[in-house]
Amino acid sequence: MSSSIVAILYLISALLFIFALRGLSHPESSRRGNVFGIIGMIIAIITTLMFKSVLSYTEIGIAILIGGFIGTFIALKIEMTALPQLVAAFHSLVGLAAVFVAGAAFYDPASFNIGQKGSIPSSSLIEMSIGTFIGAITFSGSLLAFGKLQGTISGKPIVFKFQHLINALIFLFILLLITFFVFNQSTTVFWMIVGVSILLGFLVVIPIGGADMPVVISMLNSYSGWAACGIGFTLSNNLLIITGALVGASGAILSYIMSKGMNRSILNVVLGGFGGEQASTAGSDNSDKIVKQGNAEDAAYILKNADSVIIVPGYGMAVAQAQHALREMGDILKKEGILVRYAIHPVAGRMPGHMNVLLAEANVPYEEVLELEEINPDFPMTEVSFVIGANDVTNPAAKTDKSSPIYGMPILDVERSSTVLFIKRSMATGYSGVDNDLFYRDNTTMLFGDAKKMCENIVKALN
Amino acid sequence: MENVVNHSSEVFVIGLTVFFLACIIGYYVVWSVTPALHSPLMGVTNAISSVIIVGAILAAGPTGYDISKIFGIIAVILASINIFGGFIVTYRMLSMFKKKPKIKKEN
Repeated sequence: MSSSIVAILYLISALLFIFALRGLSHPESSRRGNVFGIIGMIIAIITTLMFKSVLSYTEIGIAILIGGFIGTFIALKIEMTALPQLVAAFHSLVGLAAVFVAGAAFYDPASFNIGQKGSIPSSSLIEMSIGTFIGAITFSGSLLAFGKLQGTISGKPIVFKFQHLINALIFLFILLLITFFVFNQSTTVFWMIVGVSILLGFLVVIPIGGADMPVVISMLNSYSGWAACGIGFTLSNNLLIITGALVGASGAILSYIMSKGMNRSILNVVLGGFGGEQASTAGSDNSDKIVKQGNAEDAAYILKNADSVIIVPGYGMAVAQAQHALREMGDILKKEGILVRYAIHPVAGRMPGHMNVLLAEANVPYEEVLELEEINPDFPMTEVSFVIGANDVTNPAAKTDKSSPIYGMPILDVERSSTVLFIKRSMATGYSGVDNDLFYRDNTTMLFGDAKKMCENIVKALN
Repeated sequence: MENVVNHSSEVFVIGLTVFFLACIIGYYVVWSVTPALHSPLMGVTNAISSVIIVGAILAAGPTGYDISKIFGIIAVILASINIFGGFIVTYRMLSMFKKKPKIKKEN
């Protein structure tokens, strides 16, 4: 195949990837988009297999089969509630693959037409080390994020003294190593870059935890794209550059949306440690205030007599796997002629769009699921807000209390509805460590217990 | 004569041009994604970023065994996990967003 045919096939594949993302603008076109993505990938792989230098079809075929089998098995088995950790694990694989490809290019540059070992051009060496650096950070950062989300390691942010200074020094050290590497092309220095970058990846993610995880996942998503870009520059391969840039941009935008959902800058999230310190909730000592408690029967009675209900799900719903019981409850209410809708905060859950997927899994029609800006004006006209597993995203202090750590964060205006039903395990504070004034309001009834059990009991009481 | 790489500054500049244009396309395309589908977006970007398999195949391509080929084969396996896993999990998510029939006959 001539190089121009190769270039054209790669271009087609890149265009198909763009269409794949474009399809996600609407649920109805999204499945077609996914098919475009698959076709694009098949074209890219077959085109590469046609290269003259590619001869070992058996080994490559077996490798694809092994990987394909593992990937298929995991993707079919995974529970939808475990999506965030799956995505984190997948990101780490992209990072690791980037490191291996860069390593292969370093040991055998001839296969990639970038000179001979020991005499690789400086430009290629720079691109190679940048690809390695980002790939290694993506690998270890995602691995740690996976551990935190899976619960293997504590999800709490870990902060220590001089953390940022240490990270900055390590980064400078890596730049120094890259400079050495460009001059002496030493194998040792190459592996030092890999090792130190892996260390930096861990250190970057370690201070971030809990509800900040959506930002971390989006960021690592972005990194995995930039890593592919770096390799694309090394191999002068436009397909890799385009795809890497698409993925990088996507992750960056998601990170931006998530940080905005918390009214914080990306930098503030990245520097981390939020919620670790004791929040000073000035002037809101709630220890002597009275909390109105209710049980499933009370809740069923209130819900049944409402005209409209807005359900506000959060990470707690995912943990309790309550989405099916919740949908059942919603169905009964709908049959009674009650308007039932769902309100999703941008940072609800542990990854962007997490709640939407869980509700879709439970067969909630996507037309009933609304974003913050769409639903907020409707709360004053709503009789019952049903908060399940969310906390900070409903805290009115974000609007009124300037001293609150979450001040300025956009919240769902549940307190404007006539009645608030709030499912919670206990009176513990949310992730931010801030007490929620909502609990003590006259129109709030607390339903203490497991989210799934509570929904099931409400369903029983409704029937 | 595939994959001819003349590492002159010209090649780099072409790559840089492609890179910036792709970033701009990515910016507009991703903003058009509906927030409800942000999880599938991560799934699909994860799958397509494994296009890095192209580099892995080139490394695994030559006959004979050396360290670079072994790296290539490992990278092919890792990328394949992602490609299959990413597309299938996205497919699973998206099929949940199908329009539901309006008639409810449970209970």
